[in-house]
Amino acid sequence: MAQPGTAEREERHDDHSAAHEADHQLGFWRRVVFSVDHKVIGIQYTVTSLFFLLFGFSLMMLARWQLANPGEALPVIGALFGASRMPGGVMLPEFYNQLGAMHGTIMVFMGVVPLAVGGFGNFVVPLQIGAPDMAFPRLNMASYHAYFWGGVIMLASFFVPGGAAQSGWTSYPPLSDIAPTGQTVWLVGMIFLITSSLLGSINFIVTIIQLRAPGLTFFRLPFFVWAQFVTAFLLLLAFPPLEAASFMQLMDRVAGTSFFLPSGLVVTGQALEVSGGGSPILWQHLFWFLAHPEVYVLILPAMGIIAEVIANNTRKPLWGYKALVYSVVGIGFLSFVVWAHHMFLTGMGTVMNAFFQTTTMIISIPSVIILTALILSLWGASMRFNTPMLFALAFLPMFGIGGLTGLPLGLSAADIHLHDTNYVIGHFHYVVAPGTIFALFAGIYYWFPKATGRRMSETLGKLHFWPSLLFMNGIFFPMLIQGMAGMQRRLYDGGASYSHAQDVLWWNDVMSWSAWGLGLTQVFFIVNFFWSLKKGAPAAANEWQATTLEWSAAPSPPPHGNFAVQPVVYRGPYEYSVPGMERDYLPQDDPSETAADTGSGHGLPDPVPAE
Amino acid sequence: MTTAAIPYTVEPRPDTGLNNVKLGIWLFLASEVMLFGALFASYILLRVGAPPGTWPEGATILNVPLATLNTAVLISSSVTMVMAWASCMKRDLGKFRLYMGLTVLCGVGFLIIKAIEYGAKFQHHLLPSTNTFLAIYFTLTGLHALHVIGGMAVNAWFWGPGSKMWHTAHQQFTNRVETAGLFWHFVDLVWIFLFPILYLL
Repeated sequence: MAQPGTAEREERHDDHSAAHEADHQLGFWRRVVFSVDHKVIGIQYTVTSLFFLLFGFSLMMLARWQLANPGEALPVIGALFGASRMPGGVMLPEFYNQLGAMHGTIMVFMGVVPLAVGGFGNFVVPLQIGAPDMAFPRLNMASYHAYFWGGVIMLASFFVPGGAAQSGWTSYPPLSDIAPTGQTVWLVGMIFLITSSLLGSINFIVTIIQLRAPGLTFFRLPFFVWAQFVTAFLLLLAFPPLEAASFMQLMDRVAGTSFFLPSGLVVTGQALEVSGGGSPILWQHLFWFLAHPEVYVLILPAMGIIAEVIANNTRKPLWGYKALVYSVVGIGFLSFVVWAHHMFLTGMGTVMNAFFQTTTMIISIPSVIILTALILSLWGASMRFNTPMLFALAFLPMFGIGGLTGLPLGLSAADIHLHDTNYVIGHFHYVVAPGTIFALFAGIYYWFPKATGRRMSETLGKLHFWPSLLFMNGIFFPMLIQGMAGMQRRLYDGGASYSHAQDVLWWNDVMSWSAWGLGLTQVFFIVNFFWSLKKGAPAAANEWQATTLEWSAAPSPPPHGNFAVQPVVYRGPYEYSVPGMERDYLPQDDPSETAADTGSGHGLPDPVPAE
Repeated sequence: MTTAAIPYTVEPRPDTGLNNVKLGIWLFLASEVMLFGALFASYILLRVGAPPGTWPEGATILNVPLATLNTAVLISSSVTMVMAWASCMKRDLGKFRLYMGLTVLCGVGFLIIKAIEYGAKFQHHLLPSTNTFLAIYFTLTGLHALHVIGGMAVNAWFWGPGSKMWHTAHQQFTNRVETAGLFWHFVDLVWIFLFPILYLL
């Protein structure tokens, strides 16, 4: 398939090798550590957050083993953790609590969000909108460094006296107010991570509004860019309340205030010597004011990735592009008024419960529209079943299960039974693990050729995909069953001492084996990642015959400055299989005339002047 | 070359009418509104939730005359900040130095008065741990003071070493002063809310 304008493209490439050389003249520190290039920063985010994802997951492999074999010594590696955590290989309850709290914190704030937003957002968004870089490159670097040091502080908290934070990733007071030093370190780490997110989100919004290529109107943006745009607003406006709450909890712990400590609190038989008068529920409000939009921060970029991969591999336009855009914007607004559905059991009263239950039901509508549009996009397609597409296809039913199991939790009556059970854990892990994390894997397999100039192995990719799908369900489906049987979350002994849990205890073994199996399966991914980096087959500039600018207008990998000439956009993002054309894809920057006549509705050329 | 040439760093983009920095600072201020908004909301919730009669009147504990003086100092600094920016537009370096210098001095004055207030509280053993009112007082005014220090650092930079840009990239320098001004006015505005809520109500 010869492309029109191949000569021109090669010419661009020549231009770029000069820029490339200038790039190499920078020293190691400026090029790798203190780089201001969005692609380098994107890769920094990706590698760092993948490490944290693996680390955060391995904490749960330990905890799952404990739940399946409570009170037994962990063979071989158990003794390595020291007497303060696992004396003789037997896990102490305090260490179990640290594993749970830090697993949640690491996966959400140091793993998934930095990968989805910092990694993919940074690398892909400027390329997809035809920009030379992010709007504020140095701010971008600062936000990565804030994230990095936030991560280091979080990891260091395992080594302070009393260990890391152990009050759950939600850090509910009063427990968190009176917890050991690790909680203070957790709060300081969070302030770093929040600062990083704030700086990043400003950068994304400005970049998307200001640096779009000529002709790239808002309704020609790839859906991934829309998802990142809404996500950035959520981060910008939802994170500051948690930052405020973190300051207040820090004051409680360091300056002795009582923001979250009620009067008359008794700890281990002794009255707490504080002024009191505070409100633990206040923390919950501030925390969930962030953490519910945060749920959408976790899922929207994932949906964006899935949309790109599905459009590309079905070789047809996305079904209902505008409906998708309106839905994602609608989710953005609604996500700010659903937070207290996490707090039905705090005694807010039936009026408040009814309000938040109603908004929760309403926000499910745009979510269902998005999922439906993505599923309908598959209709009648001759699909390419490559690794990114497999992960994308698995995302759809997995996210579907995650979404549908959320409905009973959003209804305050049903939530009384299910609140704080393993059902909740199963529900949101279906959204975030085989949902978001599968989407992130799809994104890595999809954009790896663009970032490195080399393809990943399809064989290893499939060896990674199928067992991952099996083990993910092996871990999370039993949680739904256990939860409906009434088994509480966060039990140190996995429910062994509860008579009502006896019938569902055996699932703990299934989940433990699945967790270790899932860990083992990731070896295929790690090998694939590093092997392909060195030995993968060279990738073409437009490896997937895609329509969006990162593939059609920039070489693989793109040089410093991304594009030799400013790309001009003539049409919408998903002009696949345009009738009457020889090729089955029509890139956004392809000036050919046929496009104007055969574009599918949102593709008329719009000659916006370049300056 | 370390940074690629980013468009609209100085000139506004025609269809949005903004340059990157101005859009950026407005977004930053939006997040700041949420930060202080959360603290104000906490203040309301804690006060409403306090048992009747236990929430102290601000005026009985805090020094209202000093705070009034501080309000005047901060509002004056906002005026001089605008004058500094106007001097940039008029390309009058001497006036710019004068007004920017006054802005920074007003900031210093504000912090000195604030320190005197804090010192008096500490002397009387009125600490954040004393009661929830003082806890929110110290948290809000402390966070605000940090913002004042941040704004002063930026303004001092433009007054001193940063003013080298006056001759090399005047438009960009003017934009930066305007941006710093927007932040400074915001810090001023936060105080305008803090003063009545903590001292008078």
